[in-house]
Amino acid sequence: MAPAGIAVVGASLGGLRAAEQLRAAGWRGAITVYGDEPHLPYNRPPLSKEVLAGEAPAAVTTLRRRPSVDDVEWRLGTAVASADLAARTLTLADGSVHGYEGLVAATGVRPRRLPLSGGPPRHVVRTLEDSAALRTELAEGVRVLVVGAGFIGCEVAATARKAGCEVTVVAPEAEPMMLAVGEEPGRVLRRRHEARGVRFRMGRLVAGLTAGGAVLDDGSECAADVVIEAIGSLPNVEWLGAGAVPGQGAGAGPGVGGLDLTDGILCDAHLRIGGLPYAVAVGDVARFPNPRYGALARRVEHWSMPSDCARHAARVLVAGLGSGGGGGGRDGGGAGGGDGGGEHGLAPFAPLPSFWSDQFDVRVQSFGLPGAGDEVRLLAGEPDAGDGGGGGDVVYGYYRGDRLVGVVALGGTRAAALAGGYRGELMALPDEVRKSPVL
Amino acid sequence: MLKVTVDLDVCQDHGQCVFAAPDVFELDDDGRLAYVGTPDESLRADVEDAADVCPLQAIRIEG
Repeated sequence: MAPAGIAVVGASLGGLRAAEQLRAAGWRGAITVYGDEPHLPYNRPPLSKEVLAGEAPAAVTTLRRRPSVDDVEWRLGTAVASADLAARTLTLADGSVHGYEGLVAATGVRPRRLPLSGGPPRHVVRTLEDSAALRTELAEGVRVLVVGAGFIGCEVAATARKAGCEVTVVAPEAEPMMLAVGEEPGRVLRRRHEARGVRFRMGRLVAGLTAGGAVLDDGSECAADVVIEAIGSLPNVEWLGAGAVPGQGAGAGPGVGGLDLTDGILCDAHLRIGGLPYAVAVGDVARFPNPRYGALARRVEHWSMPSDCARHAARVLVAGLGSGGGGGGRDGGGAGGGDGGGEHGLAPFAPLPSFWSDQFDVRVQSFGLPGAGDEVRLLAGEPDAGDGGGGGDVVYGYYRGDRLVGVVALGGTRAAALAGGYRGELMALPDEVRKSPVL
Repeated sequence: MLKVTVDLDVCQDHGQCVFAAPDVFELDDDGRLAYVGTPDESLRADVEDAADVCPLQAIRIEG
């Protein structure tokens, strides 16, 4: 019987990067990528911007695949229902059972939905189909209610406004994108949106939906023809909770000691799941500690994170399978070491997060982890130049004590160049991390 | 030989590549991308990282 190879569960950006990085790490055995969507991996950021606006065809979302993954098998259109981490099998939604030597969990997230019934036509933006469906609704004069003021909420608000819609954003925080960039930069961003015609009802929740719109938690009404739900996402972990974990028996739940699936898949400093040498997680679904910012394990839903995770996790997995996996093909040139499943000479995973978000002609660009700071300082620019709606470039620094842990630029491309000037300071690891031993 | 090309018609100057491979890519004071077309082989891993994180997938690597 041929070796079962490595199973990658999830066929989006994280799954693709995992397959590519497994090859780069020297894995020559079989790789099978399982995806519930019918599509090969595609790029989601344009779905709330260029593709939603009709400025670019859906084809621009096709992700280039490295030639090294030409022999990867893509099993698309069927979800993985459960994984047995002890027997190393996957059960698909169609009932078929598939074995594996190594597992990469890359199942990402799905949109949270409002726990309300009724209302005007309601949309989310996650998939190609979501974006196409919403696009048909956006037209001159259409009243659009955007619930949520994070990345997706702010981006679709801008796209809808550019399409001529009357746009209102409702969200419980004090300012848009506050969780990502903090209150003052959020205020600056809101003023730029308002100068371009978007209305905000911040500090408010949607209490109910009616045929004509929404009722907010202060009793006020917000008329709408279309509702876009952009209230965050839920990690797709259920498939891992249903199976057995070595030493745990079937159905080991959150916090039982096997797998912790509260808010994503809890991983160790090398992205391993449940301490196993043959199972790793990447991307939005992975909750992992980043020694740059302390011991707290976080999920980071930034576009760059699947690629960063895959590079590290693939090397860990290939090393872990090198002696214990049995039957695998590994050319020994990639990860090095490989004795004992953990002695792979890799320092703990310590990525520098980054994101960008284009809203109208305003670009929000972040490097580092602003949320890890306890103080925000204006590093450059005049936030309220041009009555707040102007295009002035603004750069904020986020400090934990005296240490710079994040930089956010608002404005045009020059702001990103200014932020780039802080690369060295942001990349520097704290002393206690530099001195920590490699695994 | 390692050869890098960026489709500058596609590039929108996000600068993600600058963080991934600062010896190969840079943004000038106006925020426009400049890059080294034939970087040293020792920079291959950095360049591959940069190509992965390009929001527009505008970076191509040959050789």
